[in-house]
Amino acid sequence: MPTLATVKKGQRFNVKQVSTSAITSKLVEMGLYVGQEVEVLFKAPFGDPIAVNVGGYVLSLRLNEAELIEVA
Amino acid sequence: MKYNKIALVGNPNTGKTSLFNALTGLNQHVGNFPGVTVDKKSGNLKIDTHTLELIDLPGTYSVYPRSMDEKVVYDIFSSNTHPDYPDAVCVVVDASNLERNLLLFTQIYQLGLPTMLVLNMSDVAFRKGKKLKLELFQQAYPEAAIVQTNARLGMGLDRFRKALSLGLPERTKTNITLIDVEALEDQTQDTEKRFQEIQALLGDVQTIENKSINKKKVNRLETLFVHPIWGYGLFLLMLMALFQLIFSLASYPMDLIDLAFGNLSAWVQSTLSQGVLTDLIANGIIPGIGGVVIFIPQIVLLFLFLGILEETGYMSRVVFIMDRLMRPFGLNGKSVVPLLSSAACAIPGVMASRTISNWKERLITILVAPLMSCSARIPVFTLLISLVIPKKTIFGFMNLQGLTFFGLYALGIVSALLISIVLKWTIKSKETSMLMLELPDLRLPRWKNVIITVFDKAKIFLLDAGKVIIAISIVLWALGTYGPSEKTNKAVKSIPFPIEKSAEAKSDYDKQVAAVKFENSYIGILGKAIEPVIKPLGYDWKIGISLITSFAAREVFVGSMATIYSVEADDEETKSLLSKMKEAKNEQGAPIYTLASGLSLMVFYVYAMQCMATFAVVKRETKSWKWPIIQLVYMGVLAYVASWIVFQIFS
Repeated sequence: MPTLATVKKGQRFNVKQVSTSAITSKLVEMGLYVGQEVEVLFKAPFGDPIAVNVGGYVLSLRLNEAELIEVA
Repeated sequence: MKYNKIALVGNPNTGKTSLFNALTGLNQHVGNFPGVTVDKKSGNLKIDTHTLELIDLPGTYSVYPRSMDEKVVYDIFSSNTHPDYPDAVCVVVDASNLERNLLLFTQIYQLGLPTMLVLNMSDVAFRKGKKLKLELFQQAYPEAAIVQTNARLGMGLDRFRKALSLGLPERTKTNITLIDVEALEDQTQDTEKRFQEIQALLGDVQTIENKSINKKKVNRLETLFVHPIWGYGLFLLMLMALFQLIFSLASYPMDLIDLAFGNLSAWVQSTLSQGVLTDLIANGIIPGIGGVVIFIPQIVLLFLFLGILEETGYMSRVVFIMDRLMRPFGLNGKSVVPLLSSAACAIPGVMASRTISNWKERLITILVAPLMSCSARIPVFTLLISLVIPKKTIFGFMNLQGLTFFGLYALGIVSALLISIVLKWTIKSKETSMLMLELPDLRLPRWKNVIITVFDKAKIFLLDAGKVIIAISIVLWALGTYGPSEKTNKAVKSIPFPIEKSAEAKSDYDKQVAAVKFENSYIGILGKAIEPVIKPLGYDWKIGISLITSFAAREVFVGSMATIYSVEADDEETKSLLSKMKEAKNEQGAPIYTLASGLSLMVFYVYAMQCMATFAVVKRETKSWKWPIIQLVYMGVLAYVASWIVFQIFS
């Protein structure tokens, strides 16, 4: 299933689910709750990390953090 | 007015610090939270005739922590018996980003303390087309005093004060206790629930004029900052500029400070009557204080630079592009600046590592920073290179001496990276490494914030590290001035008094006396005592003495050598010192300074942690003796082993 690590830039999605992990509670606290509007804006030179618009502000995520966010 | 202690909380990048600075000005001081390495920033706030303590807590997105800094916030609010549990709390919120900000606010609001909600950055909200129906909004949080401010422009501060003066609304709802800090799933559930409520509320009370305003267009500057070529290029340029600043620009005030303290010392010596106390003041205390003050220009410049990077928001872009490169070494994107600054001087470099919130990443940065050959080593390298490296050119254009210089720097940098990897695997940490970093809007720096930070850092250095440095300087002075009197007197008597009554002969005699006195002082004795230990590295007791005095500052090596070889301390010093050292022979009649021993000594200086000013600063930043001692030992061992290997290879 598509995650923030796999989707293309410039397209809007909604958070479907955040996979369980040691950092899940932190991700959700940053606004990545189920239903939130997200969009990948740009990526760092090695493709990692990526910058994501999360409901109006910009959050940079490592790929291993982004792949926990399932989107639809 | 019943509040004595008020806590200021809020997300990072909400202007909380601007508000704090605007309210407390220079009446702030940095203290300690019990048992942790986090700095406690508090200031005096005067409301009417009453002075209360305003504590600026670390910025956090939620009361549940992701780092040691943030845990302080959790600890304070989780128990009303905590020494810093406040009488009231002000939550600073970014009005243009209400959804995310209200998470922390609702968590704090429900604790039942007298609460103020500071709606800051309303101008940004306005620009983004976001309008708030204030009355409806207030109804959702009836027991909170809502105050609108624009801390950047200093607006709304009077409203803030008035709200406190009138007294915050009484609380009637029962206190809700915080979820256990380890119960992550419960926290997640709670957070989800809160966001549902916040979303519903904002749907009713907030209007966004241009729905597509949520669609962020990436601006040109942003694209430049994260570009694979221009992004790194620009950053490299900034680092070079920083290096130049700390290296050369700082040298002007530093030379002035040197001169001033030198003159003061001489004046004291000539004005006060001869004696122990005068000597202590002129040669122990004054140089000791001078040795501390001389770091101030570099600290000021570095933190000015850093402050601007942070305030403009550029720093988070630096972290963004450096993260992938630094991660394999257990370092953080933010480690670059401290490490690079350490190539000029590790003191401000180590202090700058405080911006790294992850404890392990910060610790590793601090532990390897002194390996980036600092500028104090340059006089030592220069002297030794001229002594043992031939002035040859290889491959047609590469100067051998320059190459050696470069090689020493490279050795330091490569070692730093390798040791980072080792530390990454050996240091255990409970904090999970995460990035999850907000990229705030790029903006012009708020100069007041920058200046206050610079002031703060300088103050911390002067008071904390300063004490240790002065103490050790005085000890070294005593050890270098005093020695067993019998032995010293005998040695001085054995120098033939000049027959010629010329000034030159007298000066020559004086220098020899000084050399002999130094040799027979306690430091001299120490030097001779460690000779067997350092002989395998190719050194003799004269070098041994200078190794010890280098603890005051590495560049003291040259001065000490000059004294020992009875060379006058003036411009001709290096030349005459060089020739004396070239002629120096050991008991077997072989030259002491050979390629092997020279290189060995250079490598020793790359690795050994001799600068006690660094030791003092590391102790301060890690708030313990453990880490600076570990650093001293590992670098010492590294220095010894590496020098030994080099000596064996080249001899």
